[in-house]
Amino acid sequence: MSDHLDLTKLIFGRLTLQELPLHVPIVLGTFVVVMLGAIALLAVITYYRLWGYLWREWFTSIDHKKIGIMYMILGIVMLLRGFSDAIMMRAQQAIAFGDSAGYLPPEHYDQIFTAHGVIMIFFVAMPMVTGMMNFVMPLQIGARDVAFPFLNNFSFWMTVAGAMLVMSSLFIGEFARTGWLAYPPLSDIASSPDAGVDYYIWSLQIAGVGTLLSGINLLVTIVKMRAPGMTLMKMPIFTWTALCTNVLIVAAFPVLTAVLAMLALDRYVGTNFFTTELGGNAMMYVNLIWIWGHPEVYILVLPVFGIFSEVTSTFSRKPLFGYASMVYATVVITVLSYLVWLHHFFTMGSGASVNSFFGITTMIISIPTGAKIFNWLFTMYRGRVAFEVPMMWTVAFMVTFVIGGMTGVMLAVPPADFSLHNSLFLIAHFHNVIIGGVVFGLFAGINYWFPKAFGYKLDPFWGKCSFWFWVVGFYFAFMPLYWLGFMGVTRRLSHFDDPSLQIWFQIAAFGAFLILLGIISMLMQFWVSFRRRHELRDVTGDPWGGRTLEWSTSSPPPQYNFAFTPQVHEGDAWWQMKQHRYRRPTDGFLPIHMPLNTPAGILLGGISFVFGFAMIWYMWPLAALSFIALLAVAIGHTFNYHREYYIPADEVHRVEASRTELLANHV
Amino acid sequence: MKALRGLLLPMAALLTGCSTVVMSPSGDLALQQRNLIITSTLLMMIIIVPVIVLTLLFAWHYRASNKKATYDPEWSHSTMLELLIWSAPLLIIIALGAVTWVSTHKLDPFRPLERLSYGRPVPAGVEPLTVEVVALDWKWLFIYPEQGIATVNELAAPVDRPIRFKITASTVMNSFFIPALAGQIYAMPGMETKLQAVINKPGEFQGFSANYSGEGFSGMHFLFHGVSEEAFAKWVQLAKAGGGTLDRETYVKLAEPSQNDPVRRFAGVEPGLFLAIVTHCVQPDSPSCMKPMKTPGGANEAAKGTEGMQAMSMTHPR
Amino acid sequence: MSDTSITMSAGGGSPEALSFHVAADYHPENGTLLGFWVYLMSDCLIFACLFAAYGVLGREFAGGPTAAEVLELPTVAVNTTLLLLSSITYGFAVLEMQRDRQNPMMVWLAVTGLLGAGFITLELREFAHLISIGAGPQRSAFLSSFFTLVGTHGLHVSSGILWLIVLMVQVSKKGLISANKRRLMCLSMFWHFLDLVWVGVFSFVYLMGVLP
Repeated sequence: MSDHLDLTKLIFGRLTLQELPLHVPIVLGTFVVVMLGAIALLAVITYYRLWGYLWREWFTSIDHKKIGIMYMILGIVMLLRGFSDAIMMRAQQAIAFGDSAGYLPPEHYDQIFTAHGVIMIFFVAMPMVTGMMNFVMPLQIGARDVAFPFLNNFSFWMTVAGAMLVMSSLFIGEFARTGWLAYPPLSDIASSPDAGVDYYIWSLQIAGVGTLLSGINLLVTIVKMRAPGMTLMKMPIFTWTALCTNVLIVAAFPVLTAVLAMLALDRYVGTNFFTTELGGNAMMYVNLIWIWGHPEVYILVLPVFGIFSEVTSTFSRKPLFGYASMVYATVVITVLSYLVWLHHFFTMGSGASVNSFFGITTMIISIPTGAKIFNWLFTMYRGRVAFEVPMMWTVAFMVTFVIGGMTGVMLAVPPADFSLHNSLFLIAHFHNVIIGGVVFGLFAGINYWFPKAFGYKLDPFWGKCSFWFWVVGFYFAFMPLYWLGFMGVTRRLSHFDDPSLQIWFQIAAFGAFLILLGIISMLMQFWVSFRRRHELRDVTGDPWGGRTLEWSTSSPPPQYNFAFTPQVHEGDAWWQMKQHRYRRPTDGFLPIHMPLNTPAGILLGGISFVFGFAMIWYMWPLAALSFIALLAVAIGHTFNYHREYYIPADEVHRVEASRTELLANHV
Repeated sequence: MKALRGLLLPMAALLTGCSTVVMSPSGDLALQQRNLIITSTLLMMIIIVPVIVLTLLFAWHYRASNKKATYDPEWSHSTMLELLIWSAPLLIIIALGAVTWVSTHKLDPFRPLERLSYGRPVPAGVEPLTVEVVALDWKWLFIYPEQGIATVNELAAPVDRPIRFKITASTVMNSFFIPALAGQIYAMPGMETKLQAVINKPGEFQGFSANYSGEGFSGMHFLFHGVSEEAFAKWVQLAKAGGGTLDRETYVKLAEPSQNDPVRRFAGVEPGLFLAIVTHCVQPDSPSCMKPMKTPGGANEAAKGTEGMQAMSMTHPR
Repeated sequence: MSDTSITMSAGGGSPEALSFHVAADYHPENGTLLGFWVYLMSDCLIFACLFAAYGVLGREFAGGPTAAEVLELPTVAVNTTLLLLSSITYGFAVLEMQRDRQNPMMVWLAVTGLLGAGFITLELREFAHLISIGAGPQRSAFLSSFFTLVGTHGLHVSSGILWLIVLMVQVSKKGLISANKRRLMCLSMFWHFLDLVWVGVFSFVYLMGVLP
């Protein structure tokens, strides 16, 4: 009997049947729904015999456009999960007053707010920002792919593996109950002995590999692969922001890797980096994680600033006002984002001089950010502003974001922060900049570049529904939180005593409900647009009167993006080409050198998932096995020297000729 | 200047009139922090309001359907405007930066108080009341070393007498926050932070942990009584009458995790308990006790945990 | 809106004779070396964090053994010599590679790998000794940060050796083709980078550690 037990323990580690949530009705219900959805999806794919297509054309694809689209899909799927967490929190806080404990016990509620933060930042905002850069940036610089196409596919699947780990924590065991940054000592093995924090560590470590490699990849792409003539100061502004973001990724994510590795060592090996005993120092964790954490905020928001710049300029039908100062502002923000991390914990008591230094550097960031806002403002000035959906998001962003900026500067004044820190005011502030900035920007970007990716525009009616529900819902959900912050209400509470607070939480819950309608409208928008794709078709490749190179090719672009590499003379290259009545070449095509698809990326991602899962549950033999498999597949992949092929000139000619015909038919 | 004041007063009235605790506090430190929130908001309004108005105005006026509006498709640069859009925020931030530097030093929670409230300096010879605060899982322990009493989840202090809180935690990080009295400061295991504040109005105020610390976090609150000197003496007597001594054994029991604890009082406290808690030496044989070490500089290692924070507070201006 | 672009691109001749595409086969520069360099810089940041952790915790002996008590400079001196020598031998290998002389290059690579293996062996011996006298990574924050910093470097060297072996197999199979040369150059950067990091470890941890 004991032999049998030991063997079970060896194979399954600390995973037992008790870890399955058979006794928690909410989770069980979710599990059933998710499983039914998954089975339905798999059935549909099987029924339509799509597996081969998906495998060949998507999963193993190293085409930056397809990888970009897959990142966006991952982000949207995870948004649904992250938002479910959000609306559960809002519902709990709206009802858990006095004698009513609400419907979520603390141990469940604490997982939900942790998962919400982790998912929204790492598996919604990051994939969507990366996806945006992946899809748009190579097209904007006139490149045919990224610098390291295989790495791109690999990065994506590592991100997916991380996301899958977080998702499995919902049904197997539990997620961390520590808050999204998992401060020790709370996240130490002594205070959190269960698998939750390990899920946190391994999902972020695995996804982090993907993020870092994708950062290197896109950075090198921008530096090395720009079309001839595109000097740095002629790059589209989105590409500039992508460059700065990837510099930030490369310079910030290693810090996260290191600090999580130290936390993992504390938990697995018993070292004393952040413990309260034997000389450990938990405050070092707080410092290090924010040295990553603050640049992370700019990693998310800078590309979005780029999206707004492109959108404003296109729909105002004018060049961007103050291109150079926009570039300098972006670079200044990039540098300054490293000098402000301590403002996340003024209340640690670092002394007045240290606090005021970091307070003032934080405020200084608002100068270039303010300059950016003014630049967008004066781009609209004397323009012809077309209020298509992306432009509506942009205007909503400008109004909303300055409010978030203002509350941010208030929090940057240390004595004011002592009163407002960790309160719902803080929650309102960062949702104000992340929703009002990053999310609005991503939606602007989706509506703007969707026709480029799929060849038809998104339906504007449902787009506007989504817009109004989101914007109004945002104000309803978060303005009460500012107010509650002034009432001295702190974050992460699952129960309240003071009944006078309840009305504000109910308003906030109503706002969350409106946002839910916004998300449903967005999904409707995708569905309706797909159904109406023939009416919404864009044959020109340039549906908005764009200015940058991605609009010079067809929608969707051919696999090779550009039949001939563009020659750039000015910023707004495509605008200049149109001014000069550029004619598409219709013959003289050459064979095009392209990278070959490979299954190595999805394989490595899958094995990494197994490895992470085995480490979380202490399944040591499986962990060792999967680690060896990881090495073997990676090394095996390096023995594959046959990674490129030529698209024959005939093929290029055929594709281009069909486009010529299409264009001729639609004049 | 007059115009600014004319603007400031109704705004301040609007903000304070709505009686949220952060915007109308009862302690001088919190009041000054409130004033700072108002000042910084007003300073930023100078730039925020025009931006919002202009955004909506431009968006409306230059809409594509308004053919009367000027359209200048090539206009994308103006040195004057660029100078303006960089210098306007710069000037505001210079002003705000100066305010920040001065106020951060003046309102540093580690710094002994200079005044009880506006225009009332601390009278000579008045010593602050010392309260040692320990954040436990999940309740608050307050030790009054001068009175020799201790309470759980209840705090009292005389009105208009400076209070010096010495704050630590047993296992995980918390944040000690009484919004009506003063801003918060972290309570961290193995470290000691300080808060010097004063309550100016009698009353009962909410206090709680403002930093998530685990399962019982939501119930980790207490009442803070601002009372007269006589009432405070009575309150101390109440604790004394209750009996029971908080010695190391009782503390170890008390420190075990529990939720939504009722108020408890102890008539006596073992001397040196707080230091023992900070240095993890309540049980002297525990492996985490920061015993004197073999290193040359190790003679004063008993106070090891507080060293970092003391070093920091030494840099504070007097 | 869409019609403007059509008429423009389909319209008459251009006012100026500007060329807007490259009619020849266009290949952007290969970015592998730059990419690898950027990767090394990010790796450098991981080491920076570990150094920072050591800087904060390096004197937190917690009543356990101190740095001066456990660190043995003579072993480390030998160790350092091995690693520095291996950088030089890798340099010779690269010189041979540039002359396209495969066999001498392989010999130098093998020597490099052996020196690296010697380094790892000595380091493992040091670790085993420390653990056996009760100075394992769990003993104090100082030892945690010491083991992690030195161990991470050792892990890097080990993966460098593994990579070296893989590359030697690949060169023997495919010869000194350009892809293999590029990989050898990447490993070269990696190897010298680890050398540099070791100089930091040696001075910051060992030399400064034995100071009172």
